[in-house]
Amino acid sequence: MSDILIKFILSAGTLFIMFNIAGLLTWVERKQSAVMQDRIGANRASILGFKAMGMFHALADVMKMLSKEEFIPEGANSFLFNLAPYLSVTFALVGFAAIPIGGELILNGHSIQLQAANLNIALIFIFAAMSMGVYGVVLAGFSSNNNYAFLGGMRGAAQMIAYEITMGAAIMGVIMVFNTLDLQALDVAQGAYMFGGWLPKWGVFVQPIAFFLFLTAATAETKRTPFDLPEGESEIIGYFVEYSGMKFGMFFLADLVETVLVAALMTTLFFGGWQVPYLHADGFYFPWGAHIAMTNLPVVILGVLSFFVKVAFFIWVLMAVRWTLPRFRYDQLMNLGWKILLPISLINIAVTAIVITLLG
Amino acid sequence: MENTEKRRQELEKYFDAKGPFGLLRVSQMKRAWKQTNRRELNFWENTYLPMLFSGIYLTSKHFFYNVTFHILHLFGLRKDIKGAVTYQYPEMPRPLASRLRTRHRLTKREDGSPRCVACMMCETVCPARCIEITAAEHPDPNIEKYPAEFILDLGKCVYCGFCVEVCPEDAIRMDTGKLEIAEYSRESMIYNKKRLMDE
Ligand code: SF4
Ligand code: SF4
Repeated sequence: MSDILIKFILSAGTLFIMFNIAGLLTWVERKQSAVMQDRIGANRASILGFKAMGMFHALADVMKMLSKEEFIPEGANSFLFNLAPYLSVTFALVGFAAIPIGGELILNGHSIQLQAANLNIALIFIFAAMSMGVYGVVLAGFSSNNNYAFLGGMRGAAQMIAYEITMGAAIMGVIMVFNTLDLQALDVAQGAYMFGGWLPKWGVFVQPIAFFLFLTAATAETKRTPFDLPEGESEIIGYFVEYSGMKFGMFFLADLVETVLVAALMTTLFFGGWQVPYLHADGFYFPWGAHIAMTNLPVVILGVLSFFVKVAFFIWVLMAVRWTLPRFRYDQLMNLGWKILLPISLINIAVTAIVITLLG
Repeated sequence: MENTEKRRQELEKYFDAKGPFGLLRVSQMKRAWKQTNRRELNFWENTYLPMLFSGIYLTSKHFFYNVTFHILHLFGLRKDIKGAVTYQYPEMPRPLASRLRTRHRLTKREDGSPRCVACMMCETVCPARCIEITAAEHPDPNIEKYPAEFILDLGKCVYCGFCVEVCPEDAIRMDTGKLEIAEYSRESMIYNKKRLMDE
């Protein structure tokens, strides 16, 4: 019984945190783009004269979207049309279940892994969820009975296939080095040290090329600039052209949730997840010999904090990329995916395999 | 033909002087763009990486610079350096240049009557035909005419300023500094003599 309760609390907490981060991202996106472009950004929405640096714009948006008319175009398949946004959001959210947000918490002698679903195939689960997310895009495009939406859906499908393969191939290197598909075990394995204990054995240090490949492919996966061809706001408006009200809002939310998911994945796979450098289960062991003893609780709290700091950093990077680069042309996108990223990722796998075999 | 050949040679000179990694410098790129002579991208440009990093460097520089000053402003420090170049428009209008053409006004004589002598010059020159003057005889024989009504339809005006240039009496000017002339109906965009003199 208490196991189920703990699982429930963990999943509810993860969902709550991730939803709130995604909601906050609408504000972050507005403000960060504004500051990068020497502007101030949204700052007008106020409650009783209290503006909170424009944070209420997210609330105002939600209220606007909820009160708008839900329009289903003539000739659309209304079942699939209504299903698509839910698919997008759901599959973006389930991925979080398998991401460890902290280490092992010991409470009254119970050992609790801070991970909503303790899967030993967590990585495959997340990739399955992310691939299913494209069904939302494709169904939205195909069921709208609109040529522009159809184009957006097709572009989305083509782009997902091209970049999903690269993404899978990129993390193969990481899986081979750490020899596990379980993300919690992967994070624990990243607590080892190289070069006489100075450099943490994080994924980015053992697989730097895989990191850049994954960063690129995952950005493409979130369908944001420079890979926003399915949306293509300036020419085809995209797969959600016929959606209005909160259903459009759900596609928008799915984009942001995917951004958080990608940031969390990059943290988990390449930056040690909840690992803090030199922090072990019973305190800090610095490579110059110093030792600070700590009990379990502060260690776990530090770990969770470090996870969210890293996630925040990657969200910042993704946003900076999104507001810096212009969109790729379609042929450039396909060339990049099939002719550059995919061969590099395959070479990366081969080289990793050879090195691992030679090192024994 | 000869000219094109000369340009090509000039261009090649630019391309020979390359920056680090064999990249074009920005000034060279601008020149190359102006002359609309495309060439194949080299290896580094094809990877997008150098341009990606230089782009991120530029935007992040702005980001951290502005964030630093926004945070300092929160503590009331260094208010002399701005964190953003924008004006918060309705509360903080932009300073107007003194020669900017803004809403018209009819200038007055010392006794408060309009300087206009209803010569119809402005009505004739106006390209948008938005001025309509009804002339009447002035009691003073030195002045001859005055406008009984002076209608200016701002909904049609293109703000060319010809009416001001052409006026022999300096009777119409565009120096009120008023830019917000939005109204709820077309009729209220039509200004008569009274509004042009008093508002
Ligand atoms: S500014 Fe130009 S368009 Fe406007 S009233 Fe004068 S002459 Fe006519
Ligand atoms: S040109 Fe000047 S004086 Fe002549 S009608 Fe126009 S405003 Fe009056």
